[in-house]
Amino acid sequence: MKPLHRLIGIAAPFNVSDVDTDRLIPHRFVREPLSAGYGRFLLHGDRYDADGNEINDFLLNRPVYRTASILVTGKNFGCGSSREAAVIALADFGIRVVIAESFSDIFRANCLQNGVLPVRLSRHAVEGLLRVLQGQPGASMSVDLERQEVTGPQGDIHHFEIDASRKQQLLQGLDDINITLANLEDIDAFERAYRARFQWLTQTRTEAAVLVRGKAKP
Amino acid sequence: MSAKTLFEKIWERHLVSRRGDGEMLLYVDHNVVHEGPFHAFDRLQRAGRVVRRPAQTFAFADHYVPSRSPHHGGPVFDPGAGRMIVQLETNAARAGIEHFGMAHAQQGIMHVVAPEIGLVQPGMVITGSDSHTTTDGAFGAFAIGIGAAQVEHVLATQTVWYRKPAQMRVHIAGVLGPSVSAKDVALALIAGIGIDGAVGHVVEYTGPSVAALSMEGRMTLCNMSVEFGAQASAIAPDAVTFAYLEGREYAPSGAAWRLARQAWVDLPSDANAVFDREATLDASNVVPMATWGTCQDEAVPLSGKIPDPASFGQADRRSRAKAALAYMDLEPGMNIADIALDHVFIGSCTNARLEDLRAAAEVVRGRRAAVAAMVVPGSRGVQRAAEAEGLDRIFIDAGFEWRQPGCSMCTGANGDRLTPGQRCASTSNRNFEGRQGAGVRTHLVSPASAAAAAIIGRLTDPRILIRGVT
Repeated sequence: MKPLHRLIGIAAPFNVSDVDTDRLIPHRFVREPLSAGYGRFLLHGDRYDADGNEINDFLLNRPVYRTASILVTGKNFGCGSSREAAVIALADFGIRVVIAESFSDIFRANCLQNGVLPVRLSRHAVEGLLRVLQGQPGASMSVDLERQEVTGPQGDIHHFEIDASRKQQLLQGLDDINITLANLEDIDAFERAYRARFQWLTQTRTEAAVLVRGKAKP
Repeated sequence: MSAKTLFEKIWERHLVSRRGDGEMLLYVDHNVVHEGPFHAFDRLQRAGRVVRRPAQTFAFADHYVPSRSPHHGGPVFDPGAGRMIVQLETNAARAGIEHFGMAHAQQGIMHVVAPEIGLVQPGMVITGSDSHTTTDGAFGAFAIGIGAAQVEHVLATQTVWYRKPAQMRVHIAGVLGPSVSAKDVALALIAGIGIDGAVGHVVEYTGPSVAALSMEGRMTLCNMSVEFGAQASAIAPDAVTFAYLEGREYAPSGAAWRLARQAWVDLPSDANAVFDREATLDASNVVPMATWGTCQDEAVPLSGKIPDPASFGQADRRSRAKAALAYMDLEPGMNIADIALDHVFIGSCTNARLEDLRAAAEVVRGRRAAVAAMVVPGSRGVQRAAEAEGLDRIFIDAGFEWRQPGCSMCTGANGDRLTPGQRCASTSNRNFEGRQGAGVRTHLVSPASAAAAAIIGRLTDPRILIRGVT
């Protein structure tokens, strides 16, 4: 995972609520290999017309936002399908931070697995940022993960919350899997006790049949 | 000992460890995957890691399988979709994972097949590479949808990191009216609570009308929980659950069954368990529903009218509704029953089980479809059972297409898509823009309502056809 510490970048105001992951990346693209460059699939239905031509006035097609690295958007961002491709498309486009009032839980988890920081701010703060950004196209913001602060284009500072372990992982670019595998003995020990307690759960069908036969005998 | 919820009891049984800030490492009993998370297998292989417990992961070809077999004069198979199917088979074979591919006698949508063959059992922790894994909560399991990176984690460790969420109880009182289904309950609930009403929560459904639902109905309800943001949903296991499970291929049997039953007795939430939020719905007030917009909370009774976006309190809800009506090409004040359709789709992990097909067939029997309509059974098992009781004939005689099991037109991943501007009544779960094809307009309804829509050619309250009156 690519680490994220501090970011200063152009913030795109995408003032839409309940943006679903089908919209972020239509299903027909999620079978493509990563080498296809998922950034070009991001918000495909918004960015391209039926003939595949760019829709010039769509936010992310405007020249000023083509290098945006921060997206400010409406509530419940990323709802719907669990497709990780939605986050991969955002990241490949260049978006490293998404600021919203709320996120779908699966989308939020997918962000944290892929080096994209989901920042939750109050509705009031998000609406304020959207207003300022819409009035100043191409304005920059900064995000400081260490300090858990977002600074708006007018210097307004907003604190945000993030789990301490998730923060450390993003700062260091650490994947969950390495952390978990470092404590494999915990899982081994748990598994032994669990299997002893709930015997039938992890039996194969053959073993279950043997158990049944074994118990049936007097 | 303090009172506990069903969820808390399951988490406790599966708690491997905690980390400082409240995340739990939970042991995963069963992990289900479809063709989607191929990145997980790729990364695992590149890192030289093995699948820790291949016997606890099950792979299902569902999203990309064609719904038309060559015998049905189907189109030449899409090579890109074929690659996805083969890739899953290869990855499963390499890891030693049981694979339910196209040739398998139990092939179908993973949220239909896994419960049907007894892989979903009370008290389990189940992860799935799909948001509709919430379906499995119908058995009193804790079942969550996860992204590909977390699938990779489950494959490598048989565990998942999970932060304890807020808990919500949805009490569904009253009795459902005739020809009103779990789908209508779900749509009414979501319309009331909002598409993000349960974000950050897990939901337990309680109440007499939940207890009265069949397992199929319970699965429909839990399936739709993710559509109002729930991370998971569950229904306490009871006699209905046990009767459904007993004798299924992967369910414990004999002495193991008795052991399992003992371990399931304690699972239901304690009487005085505390939930962070409570919501209620009176099922006796629920009528057949349809969505009119592009989010699932944009739903009204089929006998109703399209609301005026100006009537919504919040500004973002108003602008969303306006955009939805523009996309859907509909006007405020229109009767829902005046909305003419191009297509009807009966299928998906929400509504493609035997009970769903029976409800649709009851409406269709002896009538003719006025528009193009297709039925896609959720699994080979559903297909065989439906054909054994002649449901396929009822649909075919009415001019419906009777297709092969899979996700089909719910996502259109297999090429079952409509063309821009077409309008579809669908028993699936998502009416998002472009979900059934770019520019396609989706109205979510129950199986009986979809059947009625096919017969009349417009969105229709099925009670008109069943009883002649509303």
